[in-house]
Amino acid sequence: MADPIHQFQINKIFTVGHIGGHEIAFTNSSAFMFAIVAIITLLMLGGSAARSVIPGRMQSLAELSYEFVSDTLRSSVGEEGMKFFPLVFTLFMFVLTANLIGIIPYTFTVTSHIIVTLALALTVFLTVLLYGLYKNGLKFFKLFVPHGIPIYILPLIVVIEVISFLSRPVSHSVRLFANMLAGHITLKVFASFVAGLGSFGALGWAGAVLPLAMTTALTALELLVAFLQAYVFTILTCIYLNDALHPGH
Amino acid sequence: MADGTRDNSNGTDKAADRSNHNLPTDEAALSARLSRLDHRLSEIRKERGTQADQSASESQNRSANASAMARGFRLSSELIAGVLVGSAIGWGIDRWLSTSPWGLMAFMLIGFAAGVINVMRAAGVAQGDGSPSSWPNGTTRRDDNARDQ
Repeated sequence: MADPIHQFQINKIFTVGHIGGHEIAFTNSSAFMFAIVAIITLLMLGGSAARSVIPGRMQSLAELSYEFVSDTLRSSVGEEGMKFFPLVFTLFMFVLTANLIGIIPYTFTVTSHIIVTLALALTVFLTVLLYGLYKNGLKFFKLFVPHGIPIYILPLIVVIEVISFLSRPVSHSVRLFANMLAGHITLKVFASFVAGLGSFGALGWAGAVLPLAMTTALTALELLVAFLQAYVFTILTCIYLNDALHPGH
Repeated sequence: MADGTRDNSNGTDKAADRSNHNLPTDEAALSARLSRLDHRLSEIRKERGTQADQSASESQNRSANASAMARGFRLSSELIAGVLVGSAIGWGIDRWLSTSPWGLMAFMLIGFAAGVINVMRAAGVAQGDGSPSSWPNGTTRRDDNARDQ
């Protein structure tokens, strides 16, 4: 039976250089990230090249993705949140494209590695923290001090609030990573049942119809999950950015 | 269909008018046609708008059902994240101040509380759609009041 974890293996393609004794390698993960950025760039440039009043396929795709993200951002942060549109749009397109590419057989799913999703989540976290401090100054810390709490319980609540705030990048990144990892492993395991049963001869091939149907259904589910997780990642980014703009009211 | 035929007749009228260089009636006919077109367009838009609204709410329902698993996943990851971060902080404090195991014990419990708050916010129980900005009048306050009574 094929190893279901094998698909997540990182292979070195070539070495870029050494920093502090650590090898900086260009891996298959880096290659796929470059491919994702290239695909998004091509899609957006191709989509905005024609600029016709009646959009073609490419332009519709570009316009729909723009409107989807801008609507999400406007509805959860408001008009002033549009200054974060480049960040949110980049995150959404990167995660969505990475998830969708990952479904294609023999490709590498960048978002199934926690270091990638954690880097994305930390970008959001640090943006919220730094921009919140820059815009609101020390008022930003009101986020941790809910009013209407009796003074004797306040220190405990503040500690809980701080931990709750610190746990955001963890849950933000783990959710995307775990969904992609679990989905791809399930898919692989069911697909390997097909080959495994097939080795038992004609009866095995008849039985293999079931896992094959399951694999097909799971692929459809994975397509949904790929989109849904990109959307969830984006909407959480919006909710967190909302805190940077209006902490504590 | 009636409109179409009327438009056609207007078109022929217009052609005749143009040949007679009778501009005022030509413009009147044109503006009448324009207003009729506006009227029909607005009607069509209204219909399309209601249809779009209906389909939007339907698809929202469907995606809400489909994302039940995603929602469950979100809630569990919120809880786990809280406990993990709390434990990590406790472990760090233990290492730093060599107070093992008290820091880990205390902060694991606090982390659990933070995880529960995260879950309540994510589920929308503690007001708002999981945004802590809507915190001030949240449930903890009510809980505290209940405890006082």
